[in-house]
Amino acid sequence: MTVTRRSLKAFVALFSLPFTWAIVFMVVPYLVMISISFWSRQFPLFVPDFQFGNFIQLFSDPQYTTVILRTLKIALLVMAGAILLGYPLAYFLVFTVTSTRWRNLLYMSVIVPLWVSYLLRAYTWKIILGTNGALNSLMVSTGLISEPLSIFLYNQASMVITLVYIFIPFMVMPLVTVLDNIPKALIEASEDLGVGPFMTFWKVIFPLSLGGLVAGATMTFCLSFGDFVAPVLVGGPDGTMVANLLQSQFGAALNWPLGSALATLVLVLVLIVLRLSSRFDRAGHVSLA
Amino acid sequence: MRALRWWQKGMVGFSLMVLAFLYVPIAILVIFSFNDSAVTSFPLSGFTLRWYQAFLSNSQMLAALGNSLIVALCATALCLVLGVTAALALDRYRFPGKGLFQNVILLPLSLPGIVTGIAMLNFYKQIGIPQSLTAVVIGHATALLGIVVSQVMARLAKLDRRLLEASADLGATPVETFRRITLPSIRTSIIGSALLCFTLSFDEIPVTYFLTGREVTLPIYIYSTLRRGITPEINAVGSLIVAVSFVLVILSVTMLRDRR
Amino acid sequence: MTQQPIVELSGVSKNYGQFTALHATDLEIGEGEFVTLLGPSGCGKTTTLRLIAGFEFPDTGAIGIAGKDVTAAPPYHRPVNTVFQDYALFPHMTVAENIGYGLSVKAHRLSAGERTERVREALEMVGLETMEHRMPGALSGGQRQRVAMARAIVRRPKLLLLDEPLSALDVKLREGMQVELKRLHRELGITFLMVTHDQAEALALSDRIVVMDQGRIAQIGRPFDLYDNPKTPYVADFIGATNLVPATYVRREGAFDLVALAGGLVLRRLARDTDPAYARNQPLVAGIRPERVQASAAGDANAMATRVVETLFQGDRMRLELLPEGERKSVFADIPRTGVNRAAISPGQAFQVFVDPADVMLFEAGKAP
Repeated sequence: MTVTRRSLKAFVALFSLPFTWAIVFMVVPYLVMISISFWSRQFPLFVPDFQFGNFIQLFSDPQYTTVILRTLKIALLVMAGAILLGYPLAYFLVFTVTSTRWRNLLYMSVIVPLWVSYLLRAYTWKIILGTNGALNSLMVSTGLISEPLSIFLYNQASMVITLVYIFIPFMVMPLVTVLDNIPKALIEASEDLGVGPFMTFWKVIFPLSLGGLVAGATMTFCLSFGDFVAPVLVGGPDGTMVANLLQSQFGAALNWPLGSALATLVLVLVLIVLRLSSRFDRAGHVSLA
Repeated sequence: MRALRWWQKGMVGFSLMVLAFLYVPIAILVIFSFNDSAVTSFPLSGFTLRWYQAFLSNSQMLAALGNSLIVALCATALCLVLGVTAALALDRYRFPGKGLFQNVILLPLSLPGIVTGIAMLNFYKQIGIPQSLTAVVIGHATALLGIVVSQVMARLAKLDRRLLEASADLGATPVETFRRITLPSIRTSIIGSALLCFTLSFDEIPVTYFLTGREVTLPIYIYSTLRRGITPEINAVGSLIVAVSFVLVILSVTMLRDRR
Repeated sequence: MTQQPIVELSGVSKNYGQFTALHATDLEIGEGEFVTLLGPSGCGKTTTLRLIAGFEFPDTGAIGIAGKDVTAAPPYHRPVNTVFQDYALFPHMTVAENIGYGLSVKAHRLSAGERTERVREALEMVGLETMEHRMPGALSGGQRQRVAMARAIVRRPKLLLLDEPLSALDVKLREGMQVELKRLHRELGITFLMVTHDQAEALALSDRIVVMDQGRIAQIGRPFDLYDNPKTPYVADFIGATNLVPATYVRREGAFDLVALAGGLVLRRLARDTDPAYARNQPLVAGIRPERVQASAAGDANAMATRVVETLFQGDRMRLELLPEGERKSVFADIPRTGVNRAAISPGQAFQVFVDPADVMLFEAGKAP
């Protein structure tokens, strides 16, 4: 019901606390961050100002532009990898597994790692891929190679592998939901009309699953873009991502306005991606009645 | 049951491989936490519990663990109070700006934590809250609020309005109706999202990184240790965290799942 | 049927775990027929339909369509199309795309022009020419039903399966669609196999009806055969309504059988050549249709003294609940308005009714359907 004068008292009692909290601790901090990005830095202080110098620096200084582009590239690769590995797994869970008990068990086993310490899951790749790590030592001891290879770790490939590993469950979750919602009758109707399994997938199942695909891909892209654990643990000297830049600007480099500008940039990028994906979802959204 | 066709067999194989891919690293972590060697290499050197012992006698790590628990508990409690009231208000009333509010609440979940952490750090510096565990608690509660709100709202949406009407018709006041009808039906989503909140707060890094002072949480401690180098104690504490998280998450998913 | 049947089931059965949905069944459907599978939920009619369509595979037996064995064939290799109960229209395609969907497969080998033509033809046939570019979500229930029909017939299948096609429509719409269905069947000339639980619908539309109960076929026949000569109490009461009363066989008297009801009343029933030999005191079930209970005597009709329990005005007739003297269970009678003085009937009153011996049905007691 709409808030009327009569219900206003109850509404206020209920809503004032979370509302105030959200304003004070969510909205205001983001706004403050955005405003600081316009400040200028006069070493060692930051001075309230309104200038675009920080943003210009971000877009013109190759030091920053390469990092930003690299982060974009890696986020896109992670998104693609998560889709390639996650979609078949989701399809398998919904359509190939027929027993409900197995389906729930397998689904649970995919989801649980998602919530188990993000840091640890990235860390495990460090101990697997290193020169003294599990993979190298296994290959050496079985005679596949004579000496440990150093190509596995501390490069962009290892970052992508680690992040794909972390985000596969992120992709599988919304995909399973959306695939599960497709009425079985639609697939039967397609086969009844003479269309075989592959074309049925392509013309019926896949289009109807796009909503979940976009949701998962968006999350994966946004969160990979802002990740700093993977670069630190498994990334190499050429693996600096946007998040590491942010770390240093608020750490040693002590350039809060520049850091805020970069953070604002990330915020804007994520908002654009979210907006695009919800637009897409609404355009393609069909009532499955 | 029909025999599987060739492409279905391929699907099974591929999916099982992906599943294995998900669990092999965790298995390796657990294996090497019992391995009698300072290096994580094959072949294995023998069974030992000394890494677990080392972790248990590492007072700094234990302090960090204690901090993590306290922070997670406080943040979860805050989240529940704020989230349930917000969910109730959003579910029942329409008001201008409702959609915007919902999007704002959910934003920290999609936004890289690092941005939220920076925003809060900036803000706290301006208003004079020092970097400390208190700041971390506030930060977690804010970032994780969306989880409680979305889960409880989803459950509320399924509540049949006519039950509330029947309750009022039979003479119950709004508070009584809430206590006896609404609350029991959202109980599982409250517990489930509380468990999720706790787990995520316990493991939270980006926001915490910017807001901790001298006292650190466990992930931050591990993170700083890792920057210096690997010690096998990490494997031990990691395995323990994995085990506990497994239990908590399975509990929470079981509770959050619809009883069909 | 002298030609080869269009559908042949031999010994087909289907189990789901412990539950037997269909016991070993034989069935033949002739080309061009309109056959209905009729029964309550759980009787196996939908299972049979799905086995023929190819969405389920039988545990035993063989299924042949148009002379070819299709027992192991998937749905897309059978010359059969289905109209689904909830229509199953593809929500992300327009009406025209839905209808043309089955024509776009490579196996069909039609040019784009021919496809469009066929789609338009199908649209005209169901009366939806103006709806080509609409999305299913924007259509009413009746319109969606017609799109589902068009989509199924556009491929010109040998056999059209209809799964409770009218059950989701409300009464007035349903009656209109029944006429449409019959017209389509006549115009298209293909075999229709329909599943329904509505016996009135089955009687109105079918050439033959297959009455099913608990996974078995109870009786197959033309509508009026089933109505006039049901073989079991189950069929007698499912097709139309029947008062079923336990009775005992007394003896044969000339052209009549004498049966005694529990309270002592003896009924005379016209014997038939197809009757089995009844033994004295054999327990039987007597059946009398409510509309066959008369208010006035005629010829050598049986007379029954009853007491009125309840009266229900039905517009063109009165439905009376009557308790025959000496009996414990009431019977229902549908008496036309003209045959009764409404004011003269009220609960508690004595009322005499008459039943012609030709209208008394007789079944063996405890006979499995």
